Amino acid sequence: MDMWLKVIYDMSANMILPTTAAFAIAAIGLNVHFGFTGLLNMGQAGFMLIGAYGFAVSTIMGFPFWAATLVTIGAGVLFALLLGIPTLKLRGDYLAIVTIAAAEIVRMVGRASVLNSVTGGSNGLPGETYRNTFSALSPFPDGQTTILWFTFDNTGVNGWFIRIVAWSLVVIFAILVWLLMRSPWGRVIKGIREDEDAVRSLGKNVFAFKMQSLIIGGVLGAIGGMFYVLPTSVQPDALGRNMTFLIWTAMLLGGAATIWGPVLGSILFFALRIFIQGTVDIIVPDAILNTQQTEQFSWIMVGVALMLLVIFRPQGILGDKKELNFNV
Amino acid sequence: MSNATQKTATEARAELKSVPHTPGAPKPDAILVVDNIVRDFGGNRAVDVDHVEVQRGVITALIGPNGAGKTTFFNLITGFDQPSSAKKVFGGPSADKAAKWSFNGKLLGNTSAASVAKSGMVRTFQLTKALSRLTVMQNMLLGAKDQRGESFLAAFVKPLWAAQEKANIEKAEDLLKRFKLYEKKDDLAGSLSGGQKKLLEMARALMSDPVMIMLDEPMAGVNPALTQSLLGHIQSLRDEGTTVLFVEHDMHMVRHISDWVVVMAEGRVVAEGPADTVMSDQAVIDAYLGAHHDTDLGDDSLLEEGAMDAPKKEKK
Ligand SMILES: Nc1ncnc2c1ncn2[C@@H]1O[C@H](COP(=O)(O)OP(=O)(O)OP(=O)(O)O)[C@@H](O)[C@H]1O
Ligand SMILES: [Mg+2]
Repeated sequence: MDMWLKVIYDMSANMILPTTAAFAIAAIGLNVHFGFTGLLNMGQAGFMLIGAYGFAVSTIMGFPFWAATLVTIGAGVLFALLLGIPTLKLRGDYLAIVTIAAAEIVRMVGRASVLNSVTGGSNGLPGETYRNTFSALSPFPDGQTTILWFTFDNTGVNGWFIRIVAWSLVVIFAILVWLLMRSPWGRVIKGIREDEDAVRSLGKNVFAFKMQSLIIGGVLGAIGGMFYVLPTSVQPDALGRNMTFLIWTAMLLGGAATIWGPVLGSILFFALRIFIQGTVDIIVPDAILNTQQTEQFSWIMVGVALMLLVIFRPQGILGDKKELNFNV
Repeated sequence: MSNATQKTATEARAELKSVPHTPGAPKPDAILVVDNIVRDFGGNRAVDVDHVEVQRGVITALIGPNGAGKTTFFNLITGFDQPSSAKKVFGGPSADKAAKWSFNGKLLGNTSAASVAKSGMVRTFQLTKALSRLTVMQNMLLGAKDQRGESFLAAFVKPLWAAQEKANIEKAEDLLKRFKLYEKKDDLAGSLSGGQKKLLEMARALMSDPVMIMLDEPMAGVNPALTQSLLGHIQSLRDEGTTVLFVEHDMHMVRHISDWVVVMAEGRVVAEGPADTVMSDQAVIDAYLGAHHDTDLGDDSLLEEGAMDAPKKEKK
């Protein structure tokens, strides 16, 4: 019985991790790109990594917290401009190819040994080197607090402070996206997703709208990256193609083009994986699958779940079935 | 816009009386002037128009057999395609041979499709482009121009655009009623029938109060009763000062509402003139009917089944 309780505890603890929130922020950004604008961004992890480097490197160089945050945002904007200017005039698939390639370039450059002194090369940057400006903002006293069955430090690495900030940002960003998408601006964006030539024929500057969307989603990716590394460390390989794939999974799971879909998807995604891993760990004897193997097995099951999802509920959990009846 | 409102549609049409019935004839008050526009697809010259003018404030029909280059011509002047004869930095045609076209006194050569539409020349597509996963109403609202809520920062603050939005919704409802789509306003556009999508696209184009509207086969797939009422609507648009240029294969419709007809064949303008004259023109008959020379395109028997007698009254 204890083992099941532990699975449930692990699931709930994973749901509220700051990295889950960071992941959700990046997924909200990807949803602006893909779900609302129809931009195939296959390099969201690249935006996260560039945001993470932006924050960590500038902090290590001595920037105060807010300045480093601005660097993060600026890096996201710049990366979006760099990718968008040559590709947004072309058809959708080109952006997919360019974003994959660009994300890989960021990762490769980040782990290159020539940059060891700046980015830490393939070892990355340890969290202690850039975390303190953020922790210093905490209004909470030292010590631990227990809420429900969770006991964490108030301010520590994975403490309540970063959890509260990160999840508040998730809510704020979701609401901002909602505000945008109900406006005429959002209408143009969704029109572009459906048929950009039609929108062009109505006198809208499609390129400018797509660029704005790419920037917004990219900045959300960069901020997601910053909060992903605050409680951990900057590891270029942790923010590679895998990460992009997982964000896509979470977004599709929750429902693309919905406001809360990416958030719900991110939470469920981590809970689901822990659940599979925990269950298999309990049910299947160690002789057949040991603990390390169950983890691998759980990732395989995540892949299977994604396939089942796309086949049986392509609109995701929160998506509207009606909209799928006429997919061009 | 200014001229169109000052001069009545009747006057604009009367001016056409003095225009010679030759391809490329100059118009007394041309809103669109096109020169040397050529478009090659590989070895196939789809459009090769030396000169053509469209009179302001009237309904001009652009007709021609399949593959004549009508749609390509539309694409070229609305910025959806670039002429092969465009001016280039290096090489390209000499200045007097380069493609050049102006709308409402403004040169459009290098203008993007969006700015062409913004300058008042709004088009529809032969293959409809309904925005499937938006509702009919959202489709309509997209058509409205100069929306404050379309700028990124203003979008967050609803009070900045709520009033304008409300006015646009009212206007859209009016148009939807006229196009018999009002009951469908909250349905997704993807769920409309083919003909309804055509109607939606036309109504959406009208949301921007265009100076000139260009319709590519607007009535293809629309039932006769509704066609009748829409023809009436197009005529009232003209009477309110909008210039109309449309492509159509249905000769009844062409006869019924057009004040002027331009005929294209194999990329060239082969004839121009009022509907009656043009349809008995030998070049047109050749282009359309090939070997069947004995059939007259303007044959009245073609007209009898359609209950469209209004144009005869108007034309004399
Ligand atoms: N994108 C393209 N690539 C190659 N050839 C094209 C392209 N678009 C049009 N064409 C060619 O250009 C010619 C003119 O085509 P266009 O669509 O303008 O004809 P149209 O007059 O609109 O005909 P319809 O009445 O059938 O609509 C055709 O021969 C067509 O094959
Ligand atoms: Mg055509």
